Amino acid sequence: MTPATDILARTGSAGCTDAPVIQERGQREVFCGLTSIVWLHRKMQDAFFLVVGSRTCAHLLQSAAGVMIFAEPRFATAIMEERDLAGLADANEELDRVVARLLERRPDIRALFLVGSCPSEVIKLDLKRAAGRLDRAFAPRVRVFNYSGSGIETTFTEGEDAALAALVPQMPDEAPGAAPSLLVAGTLPDIVEDQFRRLFADLGITRVGFLPAPRLADLPSVGPATRVLLAQPFLRDTARALEERGASLLSAPLPVGAEGTTRWLQAAATAFLVPRELFQNVTAAGVARAERALRRHRTALAGRRVFLFPDSQMEVPIARFLHRELGMELVEVGTPYLHRTHLAAELALLPEGTRIVEGQDVERQLDRCRQAAPDLVVCGLGLANPLEAEGMTTKWSIELMFTPIQGYEQAGDLAELFTRPLARRQRLSV
Amino acid sequence: MQLTLWTYEGPPHVGAMRIATAMEGLHYVLHAPQGDTYADLLFTMIERRDRRPPVTYTTFQARDLGGDTAGLFQEACRSAYERFKPEAMIVGASCTAELIQDDPGGLAARLGLPIPVIPLELPAYQKKENWGAGETFYRLVRALARPRETATNIGRPRCNILGPTALGFRHRDDVMEVTRLLATLGVDVNVVAPLGARPSDIARLGDADFNVVLYPEVAEPAARYLEKTFGQPAVRTVPIGVGATRDFIAEIARIAGVSPVVADAASRLPWYSRSVDSTYLTGKRVYVFGDATHALAAARVATSELAFDLVGLGTYSREFGREIRAEAARHGIEALVTDDYLDVEAEISALRPELILGTQMERHIAKRLGIPCAVISAPIHVQDFPARHSPQMGFEGANVLFDTWVHPLMMGLEEHLLHMFRGDFEFNDRTGSHLGKTHMPAAAEAAVAEPVLASPPSQPGPTAWDAVAEQELRKIPFFVRGKARRNTERFALERGITTITLDTLYDAKAHFGR
Repeated sequence: MTPATDILARTGSAGCTDAPVIQERGQREVFCGLTSIVWLHRKMQDAFFLVVGSRTCAHLLQSAAGVMIFAEPRFATAIMEERDLAGLADANEELDRVVARLLERRPDIRALFLVGSCPSEVIKLDLKRAAGRLDRAFAPRVRVFNYSGSGIETTFTEGEDAALAALVPQMPDEAPGAAPSLLVAGTLPDIVEDQFRRLFADLGITRVGFLPAPRLADLPSVGPATRVLLAQPFLRDTARALEERGASLLSAPLPVGAEGTTRWLQAAATAFLVPRELFQNVTAAGVARAERALRRHRTALAGRRVFLFPDSQMEVPIARFLHRELGMELVEVGTPYLHRTHLAAELALLPEGTRIVEGQDVERQLDRCRQAAPDLVVCGLGLANPLEAEGMTTKWSIELMFTPIQGYEQAGDLAELFTRPLARRQRLSV
Repeated sequence: MQLTLWTYEGPPHVGAMRIATAMEGLHYVLHAPQGDTYADLLFTMIERRDRRPPVTYTTFQARDLGGDTAGLFQEACRSAYERFKPEAMIVGASCTAELIQDDPGGLAARLGLPIPVIPLELPAYQKKENWGAGETFYRLVRALARPRETATNIGRPRCNILGPTALGFRHRDDVMEVTRLLATLGVDVNVVAPLGARPSDIARLGDADFNVVLYPEVAEPAARYLEKTFGQPAVRTVPIGVGATRDFIAEIARIAGVSPVVADAASRLPWYSRSVDSTYLTGKRVYVFGDATHALAAARVATSELAFDLVGLGTYSREFGREIRAEAARHGIEALVTDDYLDVEAEISALRPELILGTQMERHIAKRLGIPCAVISAPIHVQDFPARHSPQMGFEGANVLFDTWVHPLMMGLEEHLLHMFRGDFEFNDRTGSHLGKTHMPAAAEAAVAEPVLASPPSQPGPTAWDAVAEQELRKIPFFVRGKARRNTERFALERGITTITLDTLYDAKAHFGR
């Protein structure tokens, strides 16, 4: 068997690998980590997320999720009240009562996450201990985990990181001497996950696990023979926890766009010694379809200038895709956090001199955005309509978290998210 | 600790945001952790506002907690003042910042900004959104309003309209309607606040002869203060519905000394309600839930202007529990005062009304239960900001209520015709109704079968239908069949009947029929 070498042309320069990143501090117009519950609970079908927090937490979740559409959401808030703040012993008893009531009514739940919030962190409510106590009380029927989704510790997608990191100790040990296996970490829409499963199978990589799994009992095993491919850019703690279990991380760009998907698959193919010819045969059809789908969008987007506000930490991969596959010019790439190691392969692909800004001072960033007058602004929902009213064309970044965008078959859909606002503005004459 | 799956009201600082966002020239500096900025999207997305709310958040993080969060807050105040140059500022804390006890009011005062800085104390672990809006408005009025310069007002009487906010249920249209109504009575509007007002407008509230309390949840504390301090009387009738609008006019006339002559012809509701095609509305069982203002108004309009039966009345506005209980007592029912939608769902399931007038949450409950529904109150949804003029108040508001509440019901004539021709082949399950799926009992039955957290799963019971009864049931028009089935099964269950026969079916019909 001949190991596949990198079949892709290397980039000419080092891109932004060592580029300086502008650090900004000020008002951050971003969600807190609780928000990732909105997609996590859809993915993990026997899990319940109980936020221990305030009315603000409950209000955030329902505002972000449009909760009313669910007859029975699998998340809730235990709202702390004045009397809970008076004494901590009381708060623990209250929590036990709330959890007991919840689990009694929901016999289908197998995993309960006690999710810390800003107020629970500030009053130092020890949810880790509470989770241990409740786990002993309800195991084996229900396992109780804990993580923090508080805004003082996590930004938006970092909530998923914290939740997955809390699950890692629960993953079974890989059998000693097991053949190498592949673990894909990070929530992917089911349809994308299935596509990747088929591609890996065609590549001859048969031992593939996904984290998170739809059911707690289906968590994949992990050990020294596990090779981890990150499907999301924000999994700092999860990756560390997996490495502590002996797994090793594969470096790759994210599976966004045709190029990103090929390079991502290639990282796995290289690690699993997939023959070069087989890799090309397996990926050729997907690459061709993605490129065909992207062609139309490239006409609409090439040469257009895009400004990305920080939101989900997807900004760097998205910027890379917009630039390399659609020919867009990057005015500014904002990101709430930048994990240089995990994003090394992405940064190398960004054009030299790209303005990357980590953190945020929203007012100053808006000033820069107005000054630059980009053709398209990628930003959160709080900013989109005000910027539209100022005459700018915007794309809501939150859609990047709720829409299937990864993989070959979604490359065109992803591009369409950016062409639609421009096309709409062009068509409207009112 | 209160287990909450969904909440009718946000935290009190969101109420303060509704005041700040409604106004011009006012800025709110909010000591809050990263993430609390989510509240901006309520205004930019639900209300489709074209500007960001005038709110600066400190968005502190864990690393700031060990350091100087107080300094961070002062810096946020300073730069917000420099950038936005507001006429006045309100400062306060969200739930988390309340715990770290930085004293935003004291910190802001020490900056010596050359504008009024009004501290807000909004206890996040005790109070909620509407209370926060009312308290904020009261604090603004208390800090800024001045008595009028001249002793008496010469010329036309003048009033203030108090209460409309950003993110308010039809506030924009109600203000327009009430202003027009006041103009026809010969009353001028001095200031509308907070919606569209500047701090300098709040300062001249004292120039009016009296106040109109449009939304008591928001305006009552301020109106009481103005009554006490400036001796301004308050008009407290909320003009929702024809009767209440007439009462409102009478009250204005009495307080302002104007003639109460306004053409009632402005509303079509009285005639439409008397028109014979409305006969079928008589005694329709209606369930009302919302904020106190809209729930009270709906109870009155539903019973005396549409001749519905009020089978349930409730509110999430605990502050107005007494008023709601008194109104319910007048209708011989018990009020439900709760902020737990599962309680509301359980009560609706038990009462099985024919129409629900509620919030967006009751709309979802109604959908699950297959009951027609109209939305009468916040918490709101992008649909509650229609492009067209759609007030709830005044005579035009009454027209809107008639249309909005009656249209979800099967039209009377249509119902009669369906009964007459129910044997015809077109009237089978597959033909359906133009009113869409939500009224189909099939959907309703499926929904009832789903487990719902609050209510115990619906028991199919030990009863069975015999073939003849089952056959007869199928002849009942599809849009009432689900109800007929449920009623008959309940009837049988209560009497220990194990097999439902033709007689059971008609006994049940006689029992439940009116």
